[in-house]
Amino acid sequence: MILIHCPYCDDTRPELEFAYAGEAHIARPLDPSALSDADWERYLFIRANPKGRHNERWRHVHGCGRFFNAVRDTVTDKFELTYKAGEPRK
Amino acid sequence: MSAYRISGLGRVAEAAAVNFTFDGKRYQGRAGDSLASALLANGVLLMGRSFKYHRPRGLLGAGAEEPNALISVDRGGGRFTPNLRATAIELYEGLDARSQNRWPSLQNDLGAINDRLGRFFPAGFYNKTFMWPRSFWEKLYEPAIRRMAGLGDAPTDADPDVYDACYAHCDVLIVGAGPAGIDAALAASASKKKVILIDEQDELGGGALADPTLWPWLAESLKDLAKLTNVTLLPRTTAFGYYHDNFIGAVERLTEHLPDPGHGAREKLWRIRAGEVVLAQGAIERPLVFAGNDVPGVMLASAARTYLNRFGVAVGRNVALMATHDSGWRDAFALARAGVRIAAIVDLRETVDAVLLAEAAELGVRVELGSAVIGVAGRHAVEGIEIARADGSARQQLDCDAVLMAGGWTPSVHLWSHSLGKLEWSEDWGAYLPGKANENVRCLGACGGKWSFGSGVYVGQLPTPKNPATIKAFVDFQNDVTAKDIALAIREGMKSVEHIKRYTTNGMATDQGKTSNLNALQLASAALDRPVQAIGLTTFRPPYTPQTFGALAGHAKDALFQPTRKTPIDPWAEAQGAVFEPVAQWRRARYFPKAGEDMHAAVARECLAVRQSVGIFDASTLGKIEVVGPDAAEFLNRMYTNPWKGLEPGRCRYGLLLREDGFITDDGVSARLAPDRFHLTTTTGGAARVLNMMEDYLQTEWPDLNVWLTSTTEQWAVIAVQGPKAREVIAPLVSGIDLSGDAFPHMAVREGTICGVPTRLFRVSFTGELGFEINVPSAYGRHVWEAVWQAGQAHGIIPYGTETMHVLRAEKGFIIVGQDTDGTVTPYDAGLDWAVGKKKADFVGKRSLARPDIVANGRKQLVGLLTDDPAEVLVEGAQIVEDPNQPIPMKMIGHVTSSYWSASLGRSIAMALVAGGFDRMGDTLHVPMPGRTITAKVVKPMFYDAEGSRLNV
Repeated sequence: MILIHCPYCDDTRPELEFAYAGEAHIARPLDPSALSDADWERYLFIRANPKGRHNERWRHVHGCGRFFNAVRDTVTDKFELTYKAGEPRK
Repeated sequence: MSAYRISGLGRVAEAAAVNFTFDGKRYQGRAGDSLASALLANGVLLMGRSFKYHRPRGLLGAGAEEPNALISVDRGGGRFTPNLRATAIELYEGLDARSQNRWPSLQNDLGAINDRLGRFFPAGFYNKTFMWPRSFWEKLYEPAIRRMAGLGDAPTDADPDVYDACYAHCDVLIVGAGPAGIDAALAASASKKKVILIDEQDELGGGALADPTLWPWLAESLKDLAKLTNVTLLPRTTAFGYYHDNFIGAVERLTEHLPDPGHGAREKLWRIRAGEVVLAQGAIERPLVFAGNDVPGVMLASAARTYLNRFGVAVGRNVALMATHDSGWRDAFALARAGVRIAAIVDLRETVDAVLLAEAAELGVRVELGSAVIGVAGRHAVEGIEIARADGSARQQLDCDAVLMAGGWTPSVHLWSHSLGKLEWSEDWGAYLPGKANENVRCLGACGGKWSFGSGVYVGQLPTPKNPATIKAFVDFQNDVTAKDIALAIREGMKSVEHIKRYTTNGMATDQGKTSNLNALQLASAALDRPVQAIGLTTFRPPYTPQTFGALAGHAKDALFQPTRKTPIDPWAEAQGAVFEPVAQWRRARYFPKAGEDMHAAVARECLAVRQSVGIFDASTLGKIEVVGPDAAEFLNRMYTNPWKGLEPGRCRYGLLLREDGFITDDGVSARLAPDRFHLTTTTGGAARVLNMMEDYLQTEWPDLNVWLTSTTEQWAVIAVQGPKAREVIAPLVSGIDLSGDAFPHMAVREGTICGVPTRLFRVSFTGELGFEINVPSAYGRHVWEAVWQAGQAHGIIPYGTETMHVLRAEKGFIIVGQDTDGTVTPYDAGLDWAVGKKKADFVGKRSLARPDIVANGRKQLVGLLTDDPAEVLVEGAQIVEDPNQPIPMKMIGHVTSSYWSASLGRSIAMALVAGGFDRMGDTLHVPMPGRTITAKVVKPMFYDAEGSRLNV
């Protein structure tokens, strides 16, 4: 069971307290109606799915309840770091 | 005392006698014996039958690696455990142990015919032979194979035992209490660290238990450790898996060794998080591959030494050693010194250490260098061996009653590999050793390659002058894989070790190849003419040894498997004899049968009562979210499909929630209590999902909005009072609210008191009748419910359950998200266009409603179905076709989502998702069922009071 550092609680807690929430830094378009079908498809469905370093979102759902971002290696399953939502990609 | 026990030798020398039975026959052993050592002491060599060929098998090892001696233990009262290793069963008074996979008896097993037919059962046999005809597999081949090839029987009774579980944290976790582990524990404890030392055996000491020269040190060290308050010692505990971030799973056996297991927990699951892990698991000796290496009496040399020194049992009276490694010589010497005759030491090497030769000479032991065993005489027990020079010359026969194998050592890197630590090939060991670590972990002693057993050579199979196609030289004893099976796999094109493993099943038995993997690798390496390192290594996976389901399940079974959520009114419903059903984690009253009523009758009665007078319904499970803040209306306007900003305080609105892909995910009626405060409701099962989704948007997309979301599901009890008499029932109880139709219209909310309790009173209806939903703080839920119940008596009030609720809403065509929708249904598909704010610039999912596949023709749309036979109630989930006479497989155009008997209408009603359904109004469709086809007409999904005249009163 992985340990995850919550950047809001500043505490490292077991995976059971967290929920995965998909790839990070995919901002909802400000005016979706202005998007072409292809651009909307890209926002809605297309994900990087990298082998290796992955910026992703987690929620400390059984803790402070905050969504935050993390960098995890999808090969080793190791967390490199976590950071608060709204901070630039790391 | 017994045939093979040597008096005065071993740690059990002075121990009390213990009586036990094996296959019903009575024997005596000693306290401290394993079942294996006790049987050996009684001269019992035959302990099992092999998996495929039903060959007679005895012990190969003395520890966790044992592949052959698998035993069932019956403790009575449903306590039956198959497939235990005889080497890991502690003897206790009255132990009832049984052999497996034999019929009618271990001595005379009819399945042994498979051994004679062995040439018909090569590797890949199952895959090749039982492919055709396909239909024979389930009925004929598989049951037959299961009967013939197998392990012990699965228990038939429910497990009566309880299992404990705990979490533990420590600075240093040491796995393995041999010399290396004990030294590590003493060193770590000196620095005041919190230490846990675990070992799978009943007695701590590991390899030291088989070495009497270490016993004084062992006793002293254990005494020191026992005094330390920062050290936890866990014997009888198996670390079975090593997971991320130094998380180790271990099972402690609490009662398995006791004559009376009592009522305490049988096993305890330890989930240990360690700062540092120290693996000191030792090494497992490797068998040698030669014809007849599985005859009972052929075993690992180290096992023979353990039986001798720890248990005082000689494995034979005239013992031969087949070695390619120094360590076996010392085991043979130990036996010789204890008075056992050594028939010969046979070593494949032409030269060995002069010290060993000198010691053999001193003990008068015959030595045959440059030679190998090429055959074993005897079927149920070793009677002799045939040996030959490596070039096949000088064949000769020797009498003996046991053969020891010393093929070198395999470090136990199982847990290391679970932790994803790298492995490096060692020529010295002829094995993989730990390389770069992936966690904070060290390997000490033999499992880290930091121990010397001497030197040796490593070969896949001993040289033999015999035709290799005619001999059975076993590599994997538990799965009956021979050297020629591996050769065949390679001949047939398997080159990767993973393919060889799966084709031959080598290493796939319950012992996971502890004694076979490296020999198989050496064989593959020789056959492919590639270095072993280039062949690869199969993956080690938990568990290290088999564990019980009970230990893994722990407390999480029966009522504790998952929480059952109950409303404050649940005890009342139970007292009324309600029949319950699970809805998400809640249990909800499904219907309230009166004496003699089945569900059909009860639901029909409940439905009519609500339509004619009044019913009371516990809606407390509705998800509830309090949305507060200056931007609350703006937030809801962005989340829901319909407009919220113009909603007046005191009014309610039906909200439809989409995912960003445009599909319906939830719905519910919500109320605006104040400009900055909303009381949201969600579906019972969707509450957590909706709150999570809203938090996601609020925190990450629109953090500028000043809104707070709070789950209030469990803070409010909700009492729905529905029916034409609803107002009359609650009127005497309510104060501070004008209940008249003009002052308090449909889809309005008022705050006041009921029975003196503050309430948020909703005038809403999921039934189509005049209705109220009384929200009161949960603690008052039962009180107010009973007051309404009393007040309703004069009006013939009845309680109704979820089944009636479903029928009443279906009569009105109200959808249940997740029943009439399935994650691919848009508001348009569901006929809910009216709930979509088309003028809104944006809401979650809006852009997707213009996606090409969403606006395309032919989408499945929600319609009503009326069967031609009004008495026919369709089955929910039934498939719908256009033409019942088309060939099978027919083209399915939809399915029934909701279907009920409507007592109010005196006929059946149904809803269905049908391709292009809106354009099929009035058409007849067909529902094929086993043996017949039901016809039904497509209608609008609104069966009762289409004008809504019953609501606005």
